[in-house]
Amino acid sequence: MKLDPRPLILLVALMLLALPLVGSPSTWLTLTVAGLAMGLIVFVIASGLTLVFGLMDVLNFGHGVFIAMGAFVATSVMAGMSAWSGSPSLWLNLGAIFTAMLAAMAVAGAIGWAFERVVVRPVYGQHLKQILITMGGMIVGEEIIKVIWGPLQIPLPLPEALRGSFEFGDAGIEKYRVLAVIIGLLVFAALLWVLNRTKVGLLVRAGVQDREMVESLGYRIRQLFVGVFVTGSALAGLGGVLWGLYQQNVTPQIGAQVNVLIFIVIIIGGLGSTLGCFVGALLVGLMANYTGFLAPKVALFSNIGLMVAILLWRPQGLYPVTNR
Amino acid sequence: MIARLLSHDLPRNRWLAAALLLILVGLAAAPFLFPGSKALGVAAKMLVFILLVASYDLLLGYTGIVSFAHTMFFGIGAYGVAVASTRMGEGWAAVGLGLGAALLISLALAFVIGLFSLRVKAIFFAMITLAVAAAFQTLASQLSDITGGEDGLTFRNPEWLSPSFEFAGFDGRLVTYYLLFVVVLVLFLLLLRIVNSPFGRVLQAIRENDFRAEAIGFRTVVYRTLSNVLSAGFACIAGALLALWLRYTGPDTTLSFEVMLDILLIVVIGGMGTMYGAVIGAVLFVFAQNYLQDGLKFAAGALEGVPVLSALLTPDRWLLWLGVLFVLSVYHFPTGVVGKLRGLAKKGTA
Repeated sequence: MKLDPRPLILLVALMLLALPLVGSPSTWLTLTVAGLAMGLIVFVIASGLTLVFGLMDVLNFGHGVFIAMGAFVATSVMAGMSAWSGSPSLWLNLGAIFTAMLAAMAVAGAIGWAFERVVVRPVYGQHLKQILITMGGMIVGEEIIKVIWGPLQIPLPLPEALRGSFEFGDAGIEKYRVLAVIIGLLVFAALLWVLNRTKVGLLVRAGVQDREMVESLGYRIRQLFVGVFVTGSALAGLGGVLWGLYQQNVTPQIGAQVNVLIFIVIIIGGLGSTLGCFVGALLVGLMANYTGFLAPKVALFSNIGLMVAILLWRPQGLYPVTNR
Repeated sequence: MIARLLSHDLPRNRWLAAALLLILVGLAAAPFLFPGSKALGVAAKMLVFILLVASYDLLLGYTGIVSFAHTMFFGIGAYGVAVASTRMGEGWAAVGLGLGAALLISLALAFVIGLFSLRVKAIFFAMITLAVAAAFQTLASQLSDITGGEDGLTFRNPEWLSPSFEFAGFDGRLVTYYLLFVVVLVLFLLLLRIVNSPFGRVLQAIRENDFRAEAIGFRTVVYRTLSNVLSAGFACIAGALLALWLRYTGPDTTLSFEVMLDILLIVVIGGMGTMYGAVIGAVLFVFAQNYLQDGLKFAAGALEGVPVLSALLTPDRWLLWLGVLFVLSVYHFPTGVVGKLRGLAKKGTA
C-alpha cells in the first residue's frame, strides 16, 4: 500500500507555519510539545473508537464512559498508593502511575466487554438505534460514576517527581508531557505492530476493508470484534488516566467533553483509519495549543474550524477507508 | 372537517384518539382545571415540548436523521427574543424582530450544516451536529455581553403578556398561556400537514431506503437539507415561546445537553415517525419530570438506611433512571406508545 504523504506534509506545515506566528522559538517548542502530548493522548483514546467503527460499522457514542471510568479508577488507585505517588523517587512515582493505568485499563476493558454484550450487541446493523442506545448507555454510565465517586470534581495531582519542567534554554517542557508523548508513541507503535505484523492485525485490517469477504473465508469476525472493542475500551481507560493527569482533575462530565474531541478527530482522520486518527489527533492537539497561545478566544472553536477546513479538502477524511 | 384538519392522518386507534382528545381538552382548560402556578408552568412546558419534539420527529422519525444540534436552534429562538427584549426594551417590536432574526440565523445555520454534512453519511451528521452544538454552547457562555453568559437573561414581556396586565379577568400569564396554546396547535397541525404531503412521503422514502429514493429520481441531499431547515425553524419558534413564557433565557433551560436528551427520550417513548407520539411523549415526560422526582424523593426517604439503594434513588440520580428507561424503550418499545397502540388496532381488524 502506498502511503499518501500529503496529510503528513500538512502536519509538518502546520508546525512550521506556527513558528513565525508564535515568534520566539522557545515558546514554539513548548507549545509544540504540549500539542503533541495532547494529540497523542487523544489518539490513545480515539484509536479504539475508529477501529470499532471500521470493523463493525458500530459508532459508539458511549465511548466517553470508558474514558471517565479510567480516570476515576486512577483517582482511587493513586489515592490508595499515596505513599508511592507522594515520594520523591521517580521510580516509585512511575510505579504508582503504571499501577493506576493497569487498573484503569482492566476496569475499562471489563466494562467495555459488558457494554458490548448488553448494549451494543442487540442493535448490530441498525445505525439509528445504535446512536440512540449508546448515547443512553453513556448517560447511565455517567450517572453510575456519580453514584460511586460523587458528582463533584476530584483532583488528580501529578506525583512528586513528575511535576515541574525540563529547561532547554528559554523553553520549558513539562515533565509529564514528555511522559505522555512517550506513552502515546509506545501505544501507536504497538498498534502499528499488531495491525501490520501479526495475523490478528491482518484480519482486523481486512475486516475493516471488507467484512463479508473475511467472514466468507471462515473467520469469525464477531469474536475479533469483541476483542477490538475490549481493547479499544481499555485504551480509552488508559487515555482517561492520561487526560485526567493532564488536566490534573477529573469530573464525571469528562467523558462527554472528550467525546466531542475524539469525534472530531476520527472524522478528520477518516472513519476507520488508524493512521488518519493519529494524524488527526496530532493536528487537533497542535491546533488547540497554538491558537490557545495566539488567540485564546478563538481556541474554543479551533477544532470545529479545523474539521470544516479538512472536510472541505477531503470530504471523507484525511485517509478515507476504501469500500465505504 | 376533522380529517382535513388532521391532514387525513387520523389517530387510527380508539385509545389513542381518546388520549389525544383528553390532552387537547386538558391543555385548553388547564388554567381552570388545575389551579396553581406550578401546574400552569407544567402545562406550558408541555406545550413547548410538544412543538419542539414534533419538529425533531420530522428529522429523526420521518427522515431518519440523528441530529444533536436541535437544542441549538431551540436556544437561538429563545435567545433571539431575550436579547432583543433586553436591548430594545419590552414590546412586540422586540419580540418580532428577535424572532425574525433568530429564524433567519437558524435557517441559515441549518442550511449550511445540512449541505455540508448530509452529503456524506447519516452518522457523520450526528457527530458533526454534536460538535457544532457543543461549540455553540461555548459561544453562548463566552459572549456574556450579549447573552448574559451562564446567568442568562431576564427580561420583560410586551405589556399584554406581563403578569401585571389585567383584562376582563384574564391576567397576562393567562394570555401568554393561550398564545402558546394557539401557536403550538396551529404549528402542530402544520407539521402534520407537512409530513402527510408528497414532500413528507419522499422524506419517509429516504428514511426507508435512501439509495432507492435517489434512484427513483429524488435528490436526497436536497430533501434532507430541507427537512433539516424546516425542523430547525419550528424548533426556533418553540424556543421563542419558551422564552416568552419564562421571561428568562439561559443556557440550562435551552442549550444544555440535558434538554437534548429529554427530546430524544420523548421522541422514543412517544413513538418515532408519528407526530402524535410527540404529543403523548411530551405530556407523559414533562409530567413525570415534574412529579416523579417527588416520588423519587419519597422513595429515597423511605430507604434512608439502606446504603446502595438510597444512593441510587436520590432525586439527583433522576437522569440515571431516565437513561435506563431510554435504553429499555429503544430495545423493547421501538415504536413507542403510539406505534404500540396502532399496532394493536391493526391486529384487531386483521
